[in-house]
Amino acid sequence: MSLIRKPLNRRSILRAGAMGGAALATPTIFTSRAWSAGYLNEPTGSEVVFGFNVPQTGAYADEGADELRAYQLAVKHINGEGDGGMLNTFTSKALGGNGINGKKVAYVTGDTQTKSDAARASAKRMIEKDGAIMITGGSSSGVAIAVQSLCQEAGVIFMAGLTHSNDTTGKDRRANGFRHFFNTEMTGAALAPVLKNAFGTARRAYHLTADYTWGWSQEGSIKKYTEDIGWDTVAAVRTPLGAGDFSQYITPVLNSGADVLVLNHYGKDMVNSLTQAVQFGLRDKTVNGKQFEIVVPLFSRLMAQGAGENIKGIFGSTNWNWSLQDEGSKAFVKSFGQEYGFPPSQAAHTTYCQALLYADACQRAGTFQPCAVKDALEDFDFDGLGNGPTLYRGADHQCFKDVLVVKGKEAPQSQFDLLEVVEVTPRSQVEYKPDMADVQGDLGTCNNGA
Amino acid sequence: MFTKTSPALDLVYFLVFAAAVLTMPIWLAPIGAGYPDLLQKFAIFGLFATGFNILFGLTGYLSFGHAAFLGVGSYTAVWSFKLLGMNPIPAAVLAVVASGVFALAIGYVSLRRSGIYFSILTLAFAQMSYNLAYSVLTPITNGETGLRVLESDPRILDGGGATDGPLISNLFGIEMTGYAGFYFCAVVLLIGFFIAQRIFRSPFGIMLRAVKTNQNRMTYTGLNPRPYTLAAFVISGMYAGLAGALMCITDPLAGAERMQWTASGEVVLMTILGGAGTLLGPIFGAALIKYFENIFSAFNEQTLHEIFGFLPDFLEAPVVAVSGLFVGEGWHLTLGVLFMLIVIFLPGGLMEGFARIGRVLKRSSNKSEKSGSATAPAE
Repeated sequence: MSLIRKPLNRRSILRAGAMGGAALATPTIFTSRAWSAGYLNEPTGSEVVFGFNVPQTGAYADEGADELRAYQLAVKHINGEGDGGMLNTFTSKALGGNGINGKKVAYVTGDTQTKSDAARASAKRMIEKDGAIMITGGSSSGVAIAVQSLCQEAGVIFMAGLTHSNDTTGKDRRANGFRHFFNTEMTGAALAPVLKNAFGTARRAYHLTADYTWGWSQEGSIKKYTEDIGWDTVAAVRTPLGAGDFSQYITPVLNSGADVLVLNHYGKDMVNSLTQAVQFGLRDKTVNGKQFEIVVPLFSRLMAQGAGENIKGIFGSTNWNWSLQDEGSKAFVKSFGQEYGFPPSQAAHTTYCQALLYADACQRAGTFQPCAVKDALEDFDFDGLGNGPTLYRGADHQCFKDVLVVKGKEAPQSQFDLLEVVEVTPRSQVEYKPDMADVQGDLGTCNNGA
Repeated sequence: MFTKTSPALDLVYFLVFAAAVLTMPIWLAPIGAGYPDLLQKFAIFGLFATGFNILFGLTGYLSFGHAAFLGVGSYTAVWSFKLLGMNPIPAAVLAVVASGVFALAIGYVSLRRSGIYFSILTLAFAQMSYNLAYSVLTPITNGETGLRVLESDPRILDGGGATDGPLISNLFGIEMTGYAGFYFCAVVLLIGFFIAQRIFRSPFGIMLRAVKTNQNRMTYTGLNPRPYTLAAFVISGMYAGLAGALMCITDPLAGAERMQWTASGEVVLMTILGGAGTLLGPIFGAALIKYFENIFSAFNEQTLHEIFGFLPDFLEAPVVAVSGLFVGEGWHLTLGVLFMLIVIFLPGGLMEGFARIGRVLKRSSNKSEKSGSATAPAE
């Protein structure tokens, strides 16, 4: 036989065609929906499965680990183990500590890696393989938006974890997605008056912004509200996520004539940029006859721990802090502390609340069907979860509650006592219309899956 | 299998492979991998690695930037969804074309060097593409957030927007999610595999092998290797682009992290793990890595306690504690150990392992028969 063989001849084409045809016909056997249930992943046994999708690796791994602890605690409390935590202070008494609708809660976990692809793959696995009825968690708005739209398409409920971008319940809102955490709009509304009192009205601000949906959203909100109180925005510079070294971005700040630096960074980025800004001596400078100031609009205790000394006296906002003295917060801090030996972070708090709120909504609806659960959650008024009276607004699936404006504590009592609450901004001051220009979006219709 | 080839044998080989791929949902279910998303990943990354193997396995040129083509394919596919409509076929075709053009440009420059310089050049191009997609080209790629199809997009072929259903790619009414999506990917994988098989057996494939074996000698005989390597580079870039398009067809979202150097490294791992230069090896490698990434990373302490529940308590706790390091977020550790073991003991990858087992079986079955020719290693 010769070395050179013609790759295609009549016979091989016929063969390939026949095989291709057979292969194309195969899927129809599998896609028939003869067995389709009332809704996707309807629990049939004595257990119902939650999917906890949190970052276990990457820039937000600390938050993810704390979220997972909170979820495990929430599952214990819903199943009637432990001391019940915030179930005892929660105003809705539907849950009786014996699971939900008579079923015990089990869970599966996944790693989002703070990447949209990985997060969606992991959520899909939990939905398709493990039969999760609800997906929750995450510590990045990019991921939250990606997973939320996945859950909408698949037909399960998504209870967002730590996500602060307006878009999650703004232009990317979805009928199957719910957010307990606050957003940049609320941060701006709460923070601006405090900044006005502390730093005056004639200030020039310089923004360093993490270059993704959350950074853009936060930059926009802070600009909007600080310009309202008379500040100028000198420049807003975008920095890549996870840059590590911010010195090249901080040097220009010195010569820009700005006297306030706004760091729209989170997690390890914020720890690095703040530390470097302080090392560059920004806080010791006087510009335009005023003391130079740094503002970190979104604060968390885990970040404060990372930034150490540098955090002292810096203003920011937070969803919740463990030092709050209401009954709900005390109960949560106590049971979390007993379990793990240290106080919970705001990420832990919001995810614990989300798990509880979902469980409660299922119990009140009497089913796990996503659309029924959605109806139960919409316009739901509750209290006792550490944030005062709270509303889950039906129009955009966003929670409205008081916002904490905090400051890095000058004289911490312990390694966890890093933030002091400057002001609790009442809910009425941070509310906005669901169809406001920046947050317009369409919920679409809820999806039951099958 | 690789020493003796004939068209009939190749056909049998292909049919067995096709049957195995199409029945994956059944025989992978017992090991927890029989769910659509992972099966789609197997097919997509199998295709990606098959394409990569055409370059690396045949010509020996190690590209460290193949994720760039994956990314280009993904972005093209999503733009095709946005502008043309949710049909996967134009998306796949355009993605192949776009990544082919892109590969031609990068290959033309990079292939002026070989060896480590070639690898570094491709790596540099891929990182450049990643950074461009991540920040500079945000209007086209939507940066870190990722490019998605929106309700407001034109989608000409779908009748200009306004659909009620979710924005999922659909092939004339069949939604490309779940098992339908898997079968679509599987068919594309089979086509890709068939073409790769033809290339392996063709004179062109022999030329590529000649490049790998001794490029100098090839030049002395008056042949210019450049057109051959460039063709191989472009073909393998097109495979990557097609794989990228499939990722978007099953899940219409393209993110820049797909182009990161870790993703380029992953396909190198897949190919070496499975066996570079073999037809099936890269597909095995891809499946193994994706299995680890999706299944091992999901094990938590609860699952470990279930597995080791049969042990007495004083044993169970330390066993769970130690094995806990290798699952969950530690799955990279397991993969690393496995990779080391394979590279040290089976330099030819999993395929060499299979070949050795096969030889042992053959020897025990006909001991008396003396083997005439020494079997050459796969590559």
